[in-house]
Amino acid sequence: MELRILAAPREQQALLDLPWDMPLEQWPEWYLVALPRGISRHVVRFTRLGRNVYALKEIVKPFADREYQMLRDLARLDVPAVQAVGVVSGREAPDGSTLDSVLVTRHLQFSLPYRALFARMMRRDTVDRLIDALVVLIARLHLTGFYWGDCSLSNTLFRRDAGAFAAYLVDAETGELHNALSDGQRAHDLDTARTNIAGEMMDLLAAGQLDESVDPIAVSDQVVERYEALWIELTEWEAFDVNERWRIARRVDRLNELGFDVDELDIVTDIGGRTIRVQPKVVDPGHHSRRLLRLTGIDAQENQARRLLNDLDTYAAVTEQQGEDEEIVANAWVLDSYEPVLRAIPRDLRGKLEGPEIFHEVLEHRWYLSENLGHDVGLEEAARDYVDTVLRHKPDELAILGGTSAEADTTQPFRITWNDLQ
Amino acid sequence: MATVTFDKATRIYPGTDKPAVDALDLAIEDGEFLVLVGPSGCGKSTSLRMLAGLEEVDGGAIRIGDRDVTHMPPKDRDIAMVFQNYALYPHMSVADNMGFALKIAGTPKDEIRRRVADAAKLLDLSEYLDRKPKALSGGQRQRVAMGRAIVREPQVFLMDEPLSNLDAKLRVSTRTQIASLQRRLGITTVYVTHDQVEAMTMGDRVAVLNAGLLQQVDSPLGLYDKPANVFVAGFIGSPAMNIATFDIKDGRAVLGDADVAIPASISSKVAAEGSNTVVLGFRPEALLPASAEEQGGIPVLVDVVEELGSDAYVYGRPAGPAAEEQADRLRSDQVIARVEPRNAPQKGDKINFAIRPGSEHFFSVKTGERLEP
Repeated sequence: MELRILAAPREQQALLDLPWDMPLEQWPEWYLVALPRGISRHVVRFTRLGRNVYALKEIVKPFADREYQMLRDLARLDVPAVQAVGVVSGREAPDGSTLDSVLVTRHLQFSLPYRALFARMMRRDTVDRLIDALVVLIARLHLTGFYWGDCSLSNTLFRRDAGAFAAYLVDAETGELHNALSDGQRAHDLDTARTNIAGEMMDLLAAGQLDESVDPIAVSDQVVERYEALWIELTEWEAFDVNERWRIARRVDRLNELGFDVDELDIVTDIGGRTIRVQPKVVDPGHHSRRLLRLTGIDAQENQARRLLNDLDTYAAVTEQQGEDEEIVANAWVLDSYEPVLRAIPRDLRGKLEGPEIFHEVLEHRWYLSENLGHDVGLEEAARDYVDTVLRHKPDELAILGGTSAEADTTQPFRITWNDLQ
Repeated sequence: MATVTFDKATRIYPGTDKPAVDALDLAIEDGEFLVLVGPSGCGKSTSLRMLAGLEEVDGGAIRIGDRDVTHMPPKDRDIAMVFQNYALYPHMSVADNMGFALKIAGTPKDEIRRRVADAAKLLDLSEYLDRKPKALSGGQRQRVAMGRAIVREPQVFLMDEPLSNLDAKLRVSTRTQIASLQRRLGITTVYVTHDQVEAMTMGDRVAVLNAGLLQQVDSPLGLYDKPANVFVAGFIGSPAMNIATFDIKDGRAVLGDADVAIPASISSKVAAEGSNTVVLGFRPEALLPASAEEQGGIPVLVDVVEELGSDAYVYGRPAGPAAEEQADRLRSDQVIARVEPRNAPQKGDKINFAIRPGSEHFFSVKTGERLEP
């Protein structure tokens, strides 16, 4: 059989140099990057090619092709998920035996597996934020008709998002894309999520990596409650008297606040016209990050964008430009505030956090500093102090971190495959 | 444990006219291992998901035991989708790995302890309950994962192509393990596969679906020996059954140079339908080299001989002056015959085969249904 690499041309070149005639498990260390692995049933390894880190998963060809296609579809639907790079098939060992295909995905920069977040003792409110991020991800997936089939913290990556987190889907192997999901599919997906999350939390507790005040079962209940509340807000009909028409605007505001744009709203007036019923038809996540991108060209997570937009509003007020055209003010803000802060970060510290996250932290730092000193320190001074007292001491999160390639089954949940039954 | 009943269960996807599953009637017995099999798009997975509560049911009903579960949420149905999502947690004991889902469900502590102990006994894991998964062998770990499903004491196990991510060799050895485990547990199981060999080797009974319609449900041997219609005849068996449309002339089935005696009852049944053709099927092992004095037979030109040691198969095509017409009326591109190994013919040989009497399968040309002599 001939080796076949299905990928974008640029990545194909780089991928060619890897030892495809060897089972992934036997790849020499120098090809590999030690990253904490997820919970895959299959052999997964990470490798660095050029500036990027790639995840490689060994898997039978139909599954590799299917997951590749699924991740491409999810990308088209704008779902936060890891990016599929290609499938390497037709692998053969020197002795002529065939090897399974390899699905290649690009490692998400600045992403954090939950195990890495828990490496230092995890506090209750951090757990809450992780759960919130995951719930938003599940609801987004369900809105697009995606049934995950194996939702868990292990199958998710987290990126910092202005003190909170944004969640990304990592493993789509069990996923299915439908036109719309049935209530049964959603309920089952949520039940799986709930069981997996409780298991993962109990495991962390047993390992002494979770604060004793966190109750895994309460956390898993919370997943269900928050999902249900969010789902209702996103999809339910709401009925009110014709005189309470302001409630339409209120509903849209609430969805914006949750980070969703409402592209279509279904409004029905009852016979007699006394009651109005409304239901969001098309909701689109990323309300703030889209607005920030449009105004400034800065690509940020939802909460980061909200934070940056707030700062932009403050800037407009302070510089008395509230009447000005929004885009002109935004441009001035980027030149006066955002870029000087990022320029103040020494090059060797830029791998610590993403740009928007650094800006968010500098804003926080400025606030604390000003409070302590009793007067407003400028952005410039805040940035300088932040670099020296905070950023320098943070771990590098560009490509995290601290995983070992040996003995994964002693540190993290693992899958068993049927062939183990032998 | 319980029976499972599909009662005219129907699923029509929004935006389509043709049901994905069309009035499925199927009664699965208590403790039975039932396999749903068929080509892609036949409705087998949809049927399983209707039972699981993942697909809506647009018509008919589904019952587990006496409970109507047609519109019940998945988690209230007492079913377990097995082997898909089970992880083991390294810092938890085997007992906790098996029982933690019960804790979430609010099961009392001593009840959890009892169920875990029972399941461990069943799975030969009793002495390992206090250990961590790391200290177990691969097979024991697999049984711990099974234990997670068993402690829930589900009425029904559901499995949707659980072996599809294994390579062919592992699939063969693993399917036997699953089947024997199921027999030991005695829990009613519905298993979906596209692979008819997997279906035949694992199921107590096998339900064959095509285009949303149940074709036949029977024991593996029942399907093999008495396929209810042409579809089942062609789908079940490997290598596949030879199937072709023959003319009926003077009490014999004739197709070019192929000429086979048929029972008088078949001739009259075909005549009663107002037809003079019949679909004749014969399995590769039903063909014997014809003796010289025998009348008729099926002449075959040998293309390939496959020697497997215990068996040998001839892959050929119809021979004789009317070969082209014969080939047109054949359902597959070739005629397959099992022959004596170590004495197999050569490529290019012409052999005249006879069908072992009584092993012919007849089907109506009009309905595709089986005709019994």
